[in-house]
Amino acid sequence: MAANIVEIGDDSFDTEVLQVDKPVVVDFWAPWCGPCRAIGPLMEEIAVTFNDKVKFTKCNVDGNPATPGKYGIRSIPTLMFFKQGNVVDQVIGIVPKTKLEEIINKML
Amino acid sequence: MMKNADFDLVVIGGGPAALTAGLYAARAMLNVLLVEKAAPGGQVNTTDWIENYPGFPQGLSGADLIQNITQQAKRFDVNIEINEVISIDCSENIKKVRLADRTITTHTIIIATGASPRKLGIPGEDRFYGKGVSFCATCDGPFYKDRVVAAVGGGNTALQESLFLTKFARKVYLIHRRSELRATKILQERAFANDRIEIIWDSVATSINGGLTNIENITIKNVKTGDTKDLVVDGCFIWVGIHPNTKFLGGWVELDESGFVIVDSNMETSLPGVFAAGDVRNTPLRQIATAVGDAAIAAFSAENYIANIK
Repeated sequence: MAANIVEIGDDSFDTEVLQVDKPVVVDFWAPWCGPCRAIGPLMEEIAVTFNDKVKFTKCNVDGNPATPGKYGIRSIPTLMFFKQGNVVDQVIGIVPKTKLEEIINKML
Repeated sequence: MMKNADFDLVVIGGGPAALTAGLYAARAMLNVLLVEKAAPGGQVNTTDWIENYPGFPQGLSGADLIQNITQQAKRFDVNIEINEVISIDCSENIKKVRLADRTITTHTIIIATGASPRKLGIPGEDRFYGKGVSFCATCDGPFYKDRVVAAVGGGNTALQESLFLTKFARKVYLIHRRSELRATKILQERAFANDRIEIIWDSVATSINGGLTNIENITIKNVKTGDTKDLVVDGCFIWVGIHPNTKFLGGWVELDESGFVIVDSNMETSLPGVFAAGDVRNTPLRQIATAVGDAAIAAFSAENYIANIK
């Protein structure tokens, strides 16, 4: 099954993340960021595992400066975990798959 | 007659050493599994440009090199699993590798878990991580367009990455604890010639200070005079060396006084059938070129070990 990761931006952040009932993962990334590229396949793998229960999104910080600015993001990749519009967790950099699964399981 | 194990070889790690060991082992027809905890690449992912790895005359990005090596390994059916090695148990000839969700058995192990950037261990470093403190210029450099940043260190990584930062930042203060740099001469020359880099000699950072969401300044101390001052910066990049990723080894193999795995010229550790390659081992030079050389030897040694017990 192909992973369903929704591309979001400053315009769609409210509707695609904050107003969503399901827990949402946002992957802040950019094409010039090596580690961001590296975790792409990992995010797809995790998205397949949690496909029904969690919404997976990615936000390219190039061209979408407002949202990372609002959350004070100065390092990417940053993964933010939202529940009913609230930030429940945040990780920076490449983190082990087991750690990500642990965070997501806690969010369910 | 050899007893059965799940694998001939388990390679732990996912950087250039691990992928190369996997490639060589697969071509030697060993039944090999590579276990990487997050994503192939390791420290190379954070390297913006590599110009000393032979075969790429124009250089290439770390991310591209890793993509190439991963593709090459997969072409020979190296099985790469994203999972975490919690511990190893080498009490018997057939070794056990405990993963997050199960335990597997193997005749040989290659430790290629690399190293992680060392922290300074000063106030503010953890608090501002991701809010101005960074270990990765290629990730975070573009956030500092026309800003002023500090970079702490004086080795190859510190210079290479500081030079990269000058594409964005209008000023990079390079804070170095000695009166000369350790970095290779060509990088030193480039840094000295770059008018956006100002080197602050004989100095160490003692704290990183700021408000709720961002850095405002860092305190630096001149180690010769004892004078301290606050340097106004928007970001602080830290490149002061590495520490090896060996926690899961649990004392099964001998480490040197800095924690790196001790190996012989066959890349074999103190424990027969367990090998190490790349940045995690004790070595005078840590480069991609040396890591892949180590890995080829380690895979060859693992192959010989298995041939001898069969």
